[in-house]
Amino acid sequence: MTATKVRKHPVNAAVFVADNDRAHWHDQALWFVRSKRDKMAATLPEWEELRQRASQIKLHTMSRLADLLEEFERNATKLGAKVYWARTPAEHNEIVLSIVKQHNATKVVKSKSMLTEECHLNPFLERNGITVTDTDLGEWIVQLLEEPPSHIVMPAIHIKREEVGDLFHKHLGTDAGATDPPYLVNAARKRLREEFVGAEIGLTGVNFAIAETGGFVVCTNEGNADLGVSLPKVHIACMGIEKMIPRLKDLSIFLRLLGRSATGQPITTYSSHFHGPMPGGEMHIILVDNGRSDILGSEEFRRSLHCIRCGACMNTCPVYRRSGGHSYQTTVPGPIGSILAPSRDAKTYSTLPYACSLCGSCSDVCPVKIDLHTQLLSWRKEIAHRKLLPWSKRMSMTLAGMMFQRTWLFTMIGRWGRWLLPKLPRFMVYNRFNDWGKQRELPPMPKKSFRELYAQRKKERS
Amino acid sequence: MPHVGLFIPCYIDQLYPDVGFATIELLEKHGCTVEFPAEQTCCGQPMANTGCTDAAIPVARKYLDIFRKYEYIVCPSGSCTAMIRQHYHDLVHDHPDFERVTTHTYELCEFLVDVLKVETIKGSFPYRVGLHQSCHGLRELRLGSASELMQPRFSKAGQLLKGLDGIQLVELKRADECCGFGGTFAIAEEAVSCMMGLDRIHDHEQAGAEIMTAGDMSCLMHMYGMITRQKKPLKVMHVAEILAGRQPQ
Repeated sequence: MTATKVRKHPVNAAVFVADNDRAHWHDQALWFVRSKRDKMAATLPEWEELRQRASQIKLHTMSRLADLLEEFERNATKLGAKVYWARTPAEHNEIVLSIVKQHNATKVVKSKSMLTEECHLNPFLERNGITVTDTDLGEWIVQLLEEPPSHIVMPAIHIKREEVGDLFHKHLGTDAGATDPPYLVNAARKRLREEFVGAEIGLTGVNFAIAETGGFVVCTNEGNADLGVSLPKVHIACMGIEKMIPRLKDLSIFLRLLGRSATGQPITTYSSHFHGPMPGGEMHIILVDNGRSDILGSEEFRRSLHCIRCGACMNTCPVYRRSGGHSYQTTVPGPIGSILAPSRDAKTYSTLPYACSLCGSCSDVCPVKIDLHTQLLSWRKEIAHRKLLPWSKRMSMTLAGMMFQRTWLFTMIGRWGRWLLPKLPRFMVYNRFNDWGKQRELPPMPKKSFRELYAQRKKERS
Repeated sequence: MPHVGLFIPCYIDQLYPDVGFATIELLEKHGCTVEFPAEQTCCGQPMANTGCTDAAIPVARKYLDIFRKYEYIVCPSGSCTAMIRQHYHDLVHDHPDFERVTTHTYELCEFLVDVLKVETIKGSFPYRVGLHQSCHGLRELRLGSASELMQPRFSKAGQLLKGLDGIQLVELKRADECCGFGGTFAIAEEAVSCMMGLDRIHDHEQAGAEIMTAGDMSCLMHMYGMITRQKKPLKVMHVAEILAGRQPQ
């Protein structure tokens, strides 16, 4: 796999914004989902209480995650599943491969799993001669396009209907120029059915793993997880260790929040419960860490592990909506992704915590009450502390701090600026060094500042 | 008679002196004695929001030193007030006056409604007005209900504006979307910032607003920049200016 170069977020975002129509279309598509979420959340008088409970359950879960994971392992094993522990993506991928090889299988069907995206499982299996088919429609579209998902719930939200038509024409032989969704969906369904029937192994993600029972729940809108694990005899479930909840009775709280927050549905269409393998079949559950324990160890950022991957913070984020998921160049984009990515590699992803106007909408929309925007601010402190800020930013802030400590210097610089700016020819103010002025005028410069006028009035009155 | 120390954010001091005077007029009209301590500069937010804690701490200390002697501190900015009330803890919680000064710093509309118990302000403003709910005031100070939260709807600035004769508050398609100013974000993410600002302006235009107002002049400065560049008829005014009886120019 060739590693793509990670560019600064503002560079990627500017490219996305430059296609103004598309950027607006993207913004509106996601705002539509956010609005649906609002309507659906408003139907529950207990909405805020549900968020509070979910937050408390997750807080409790994270405070004794190790115990709960072991409890889950014991109970899942009792049910006949085999549980594996993977510290890294490489370990995870090797485990999957070894299971596939044990069965001399070459065809795997997969329902949507952001964890396997995080581990780059598909290219790994393909390099080993195994065919993987993503069976979630959106995920399959991006797989055919050879792109990563741009959203964790709606992987192909950045693709227009016409583009899907072209893609299916090329891969499935649908009529050229066809854009009718039912027609395209039917074509996809027909092809995916063949994949399901021919598959030897079904792979799924996990939305919630229940320590008390050793079972787990997978939520899909297309029923593809059910179909994918019902036909083959072998079910591999891959999960990040933060997917744990303590008790079965906790589940209802999360299921009520998840569907409404993710897509504005009262509940996800299929919430499939798995408790041990089917008769004559096998179930393998892989628990993946990949940096999660490090995040758990950080007082500042551990709350980011509460995330149930509903994507509501992406749908509400005014920056995500206008810069697109790919601008983040991470498996999980948007506000939560901008917290998780620097936890793994602060240097590479140092611009992500700044891809945020600190509007706070994400924190208020989050169904498990993660203080997302505050954590983004904490990441900025961390990035400055680790000296990962560009020199120009660090220097300008140090100088600003020095100026604001000295009232005389601040007032003097202010006076000079207000005097000088109106006198300069336009090209000296508005040029390529002035990012403010590319699309914005500066405010008119008053002759006197508030403090000067105030002092003057005080003098006049006395 | 409440004794108020007036905190005027750095950019209002330098660029929008009338917002400062409108604030004084409003407070005096409602029985306060107001004093502007001249040593003040900035709350420290530009540095803190960039992550440069070391550069922000002395500025935050300076604020606490200056304003410790006042019964109340009032500021015509939700963002700067939120910086002091919500974020000083991370910077200067060890300062002896931290607790008292930060809990007694209020945003202007909040102070009028919650402390002075003002219900309506007499005056006339016969225009169609769009109220831009600046984010930090909204979501960090809770000066209004955020659209994400399922709770009764309210707005402190909106409540005061509604009392003026002839005013018509227009309904926006997106009640409280960010304008994209965001401090250094406006420069660092220029493309997204300006797209957000223009979208916000369009929302006010489609709603038929003649005036766009907000509790934060920084949001308005950003959108004014685009309104002026594109020669749009929409005007911007700080909420203090409207409440103090100024008319659009």
